[in-house]
Amino acid sequence: MSSTVLEAVGLCRTFGAVAAVDKVSFSLPEGGSLGIVGESGSGKTTTARIVVGLEHPDAGRVLVHGRDRTQHRRGRAERLARAREVQLVFQDPFLSLDPRTPVGAVLRETLRLHFPDADHTRRTAELLDQVGLGSREAGALPRQLSGGQRQRVAIARALAVEPAVLVLDEAVAALDVSVQAQILNLLGEIREQTGIGYLFITHDLGVVRCVTDEVIVMRHGRIVESGRTAEVLANPQHPYTRLLLESVPRPGWDPGRIAAARRAL
Amino acid sequence: MNILDIQGLRLRLPDTARPVLDGVDLTVGAGETVALVGESGSGKTLTSRSVLRLLPAGAATEGAVRVAGQDVLAMNPAELRDLRTGTAAMVFQDPRSAINPLRRIGDFLTESLRLNAGTPEAEATARATEMLEAVGLTAAALRQYPGELSGGMLQRVMIAAALMGGPALILADEPTTALDVTTQAEVVALLGDLRERFGTGLLFVTHDLGLAAAISDRVYVMYAGRIAETGPAATLFERPRHPYTAALLAATPRLAAPQGRLAAIEGQPPSLQEELTGCPFAPRCPLATEVCTERMPERLPLPGDPAHWVACHHSDRLEGRTTDE
Repeated sequence: MSSTVLEAVGLCRTFGAVAAVDKVSFSLPEGGSLGIVGESGSGKTTTARIVVGLEHPDAGRVLVHGRDRTQHRRGRAERLARAREVQLVFQDPFLSLDPRTPVGAVLRETLRLHFPDADHTRRTAELLDQVGLGSREAGALPRQLSGGQRQRVAIARALAVEPAVLVLDEAVAALDVSVQAQILNLLGEIREQTGIGYLFITHDLGVVRCVTDEVIVMRHGRIVESGRTAEVLANPQHPYTRLLLESVPRPGWDPGRIAAARRAL
Repeated sequence: MNILDIQGLRLRLPDTARPVLDGVDLTVGAGETVALVGESGSGKTLTSRSVLRLLPAGAATEGAVRVAGQDVLAMNPAELRDLRTGTAAMVFQDPRSAINPLRRIGDFLTESLRLNAGTPEAEATARATEMLEAVGLTAAALRQYPGELSGGMLQRVMIAAALMGGPALILADEPTTALDVTTQAEVVALLGDLRERFGTGLLFVTHDLGLAAAISDRVYVMYAGRIAETGPAATLFERPRHPYTAALLAATPRLAAPQGRLAAIEGQPPSLQEELTGCPFAPRCPLATEVCTERMPERLPLPGDPAHWVACHHSDRLEGRTTDE
């Protein structure tokens, strides 16, 4: 049994009268991959933002290697150490990179901040190679790259600090199918090589099946179902999970019945 | 007669090395649902927008786009206005950016009837109420602002607006991409009901192969501004004969497929700055040979299946294979 790298205990967050996240707990084993599935308003993104530290929970704790990261950290070294625990890859690679900074400089800036004494040129080349980019892309500005290449840069930048956990918030949702498959395969390879843990936020059940070991299904801020991905998808227990699965279009699909089931739930 | 008939549409933009659309042929019959599938940059959105002549500045066109027999590319402004307010209507991807947030839903729905057809306000409002009810909303929505409605409800308003002029053709450009999966099912069910009730033709533009297979009668697959393959939805997805269609199907993460690595398509689609000599898919194609880079494949019907057309030199090598293998 591998040890737990990330643990969330009883997370709660309300916005006004809305409980966006309501008593959410989960744990991610070292080198594991956990999917959070839900529709808009389910609280999956707020959960991710709490884990990363972009949002404070009203109650509950987030532990990385048993250490609480929701506490306020004092000083630069402490804050940098916290950043090395969890890194985030955003949905839209067109918005998450500075349009005026060449790709290599993005990586060097991160490296300089976290590892001031290391050899950045070698490490930059290594990171670009790891995500399947070459020296030609290192000198390019984000706008000169395709959507898939930009998302590779965003992943390389997150990997640069050697985080324990990578949070991917709809990281492949904006990509075309053929490019999405490249990135999903790349993420699989990186996890095999580095043993980094993934928290994969998505609405796409096909993607969840492809890249996660375990999954939790969220609705209205609560976890309605959780378990091994293969089991949850093959044998869903909660009616909402069943509805989500039936909503995936396929030949012989009956959208009228799904619409009726949705209203009934 | 086909409600939409696009023949040899070629569209060039300034400062590009190749046409953005290159010889697109596409038809939609009355009451038929046709899906146009492709990745970003394939030209699917431009094709659907050309039907209303909503073209980017500086676009030069060749070929014909006929809606109900009339060539859209040759219309004068008055005819074009009649087309856009009556015969054909468009449902855009993101209703929140397509509807003015400062005006009430009632204003939005009745505006085109009042301004263009001179319909009296009471009559236009009655029509708007009828259309809102057809899409599962009530007259209460007339008084509301877009900000008060959810994304799914707003997309219904968008569809109601498209129905206001009693169109014979609806162009839906990724109408469910911005919606949740369960909401998507509702909107698709609604479009299906409306087709039966009003007999409108539907051109459904999407990047989602599963959705295209589930809802359409026929499918066109686009790549780099060309139609790569077209045929009845069921045959095309069970027995694709263009390597691009086959590769797209294999790259889609699916619930039924075995777990593990996806069959990704290496490389990227050709950019608009590259001139194409042979087949645009050749650099990424597992079946490519010398002829593919030298000569553009013609789009031909398959022997024994006149409804299924493929533009590939090697489509016979995909014969007999199914996607289940």
